[in-house]
Amino acid sequence: MKITPTISTPAQPKVEIAELVSEEEVNPWPATGLRRLWLIGFAVLLLAAFALSLILGSVNIPPGDVLTVLLGGTPGRSTWTDIVLKFRLPKALTAMLAGAGLSVSGLQMQTLFSNPLADPFVLGISSGASLGVALVVLSAGAVGLSSLSFLAGLSLLGNIGIVAASSLGSALTLVLVLFVSQRVQSAVTLLILGIMFGYVTGAIVSILLYFSLADRIQAYVAWGFGSFGGVTWSQLQIFAPVIISGLVISYLLIKWLNVLLLGDNYARSLGLELKQARFWIVLSTALLAGSVTAFCGPIGFLGIAVPHLCRALLRSSDHRILMPGVILVGAIVALLADIVAQLPGSGVILPINAVMALLGAPIVSWVILRQRNLKAAFGR
Amino acid sequence: MSKVVLSATNLTIGYPRPRHPTRIVAENINLELRAGELVCLLGPNGAGKSTLLRTLSGIATPIAGEVLLGGKDITKLKPTELAKRLGVVLTDRVEAGMLTGYALVALGRHPYTNWSGRLSRQDEQVVRHSIEAVGAVHLAARPITELSDGERQKLMIARALAQEPELLILDEPTAFLDLPRRVDILRTLRKLAYEAERAVLVSTHDLDLALRSADRIWLLPPGGPLTSGAPEDLVLNGSFQQTFYSEGVTFNSESGSFQMVDNWLDQIALVGEGLRAIWTARALERNGFRVIRDKTSTEYLVEVLPNGFWRMTYQEIRQEFQSLYGLIQHLKNLIQL
Repeated sequence: MKITPTISTPAQPKVEIAELVSEEEVNPWPATGLRRLWLIGFAVLLLAAFALSLILGSVNIPPGDVLTVLLGGTPGRSTWTDIVLKFRLPKALTAMLAGAGLSVSGLQMQTLFSNPLADPFVLGISSGASLGVALVVLSAGAVGLSSLSFLAGLSLLGNIGIVAASSLGSALTLVLVLFVSQRVQSAVTLLILGIMFGYVTGAIVSILLYFSLADRIQAYVAWGFGSFGGVTWSQLQIFAPVIISGLVISYLLIKWLNVLLLGDNYARSLGLELKQARFWIVLSTALLAGSVTAFCGPIGFLGIAVPHLCRALLRSSDHRILMPGVILVGAIVALLADIVAQLPGSGVILPINAVMALLGAPIVSWVILRQRNLKAAFGR
Repeated sequence: MSKVVLSATNLTIGYPRPRHPTRIVAENINLELRAGELVCLLGPNGAGKSTLLRTLSGIATPIAGEVLLGGKDITKLKPTELAKRLGVVLTDRVEAGMLTGYALVALGRHPYTNWSGRLSRQDEQVVRHSIEAVGAVHLAARPITELSDGERQKLMIARALAQEPELLILDEPTAFLDLPRRVDILRTLRKLAYEAERAVLVSTHDLDLALRSADRIWLLPPGGPLTSGAPEDLVLNGSFQQTFYSEGVTFNSESGSFQMVDNWLDQIALVGEGLRAIWTARALERNGFRVIRDKTSTEYLVEVLPNGFWRMTYQEIRQEFQSLYGLIQHLKNLIQL
């Protein structure tokens, strides 16, 4: 609850106001705690979105039958068990984890670089992943790249191969970024190097694309659309622990992120060890963004938009308030986008990235423009 | 005598440059700062005020010599330990986004709080006291993006106070502020130094304010060494004149301020007493006339009349003026003839 100071209006007699406002009533100190009502609201929404994503899809399954399946019973039709347990449930869990992970990494990057345009991928994580995937997928049929037979072999493994290639790409980029982050003076240098790295990998990928066969290119482009649906239960056993540990690290960084709001110099004067802080922020961001990219492809929008949305709704830049909000809202947005992408009742599935941007961008723009103080919403 | 909070002996300050020899800004700096003292650091631009402050606050490493904070080498203190002893207010503009004044000040408890940054009852108390100490209670609930520069500066000082430091270092805290705000900030800093036996070091370009408020002034001429003393000591022993003379400005020891004019056009005799005479003298000096009391040694005479007018006599011609502006215009015409 925000307590606004009482302002006396000239129309009222002053004596009366002095009597009304005794010393105990006027509390000049604003509350600094969590926005509990908002968080409860987000949690309810998340549950609703989770339920919806299990109920809605290309096949119509009544809510009662979904519940029966979840409780281990036998639904109206036998195929429904497989649809719910093998497809919808892992997909919903993946969407929640990916949404939360990307949104938190976006928040961290925006604070670290004090730049409202920063997203989880400014460090070059997705560039590294895309290079890995491109090498595997495209080299399979590429002219003159037969020496990369190991990578070509990976591509034969299909989905697993892509996940492995993209994880490897993300992980190598992570090591590189961590190494660089300990050696550069300012965070801005890191930002620029990350963007330059993106250009270089982009260039290599387009050269690979140029020499590739049509169906390979198609496979690479399909990966680029992003999807929560390709993650199996066995993959979730890796994906979930990695994302959860990334989120735990981020949660432990709340205090450091808060002092970083004041800028590097003030943060240092308050006792923050900049290099150490940078190391952990980069590590958790790379873990989160890297593993989401590895398992779901490059998912844009969430990472940049959800932090802004939460700042606008919660009216605070305090990470103690923002962090839980960003985790919940990130999961909600990812689930909702996935539901819409399925076009419930039809057999068509739209690319998740396209859905998210088409529906999300106008909504986020509206929320942010509605702010009385537009500048404040961005922290600059 | 109160205890020494900060001291440095034979300090050389400067900064390392990549692929070049280290650049030395000033050498042979000896200083000490005592509890309960407000010290103003003055010096022309480029003399190394900022480098000195950075070195004294442990951000930059001394090239030679050492800085002792509470008797301990400042470069060997752990960051959190240093943050508990030293609060700084920098010239960096803070764009912390959507925080209330209270939340901003609460960040000053960073060295004391646990991993989550949750404020204990005692932390809350310190934050409130800090806000009260700088007179910013009315800013506590307001978002910092809506505040003026002066209001923000107060909160940044409160934030440094919330670190409960023995020493506060402020780099040009009054820059960009108007006169009432500048006086207000300096007055607040004096109070902070006296009431809590804290040492406060302020760098400023505001000579007049420094002369009036500081217990001690550190004067840093380009290249060093640093001169230290009560403001009046430094005026009397000519340190001010020396430091600023090389910069092409003349410090007037009588008025305690800079002189706008280096070469007098002529001498002028002034007859009159009180406030109006003082300001008449200032107006004349500003326009290049050396004011003397002896009527016989100059052709120019200005009398401050009791009826609110000024009378000007030149070569037997008398003329009266309603305002100093009119008088000065007339004088300028005479000089041109």
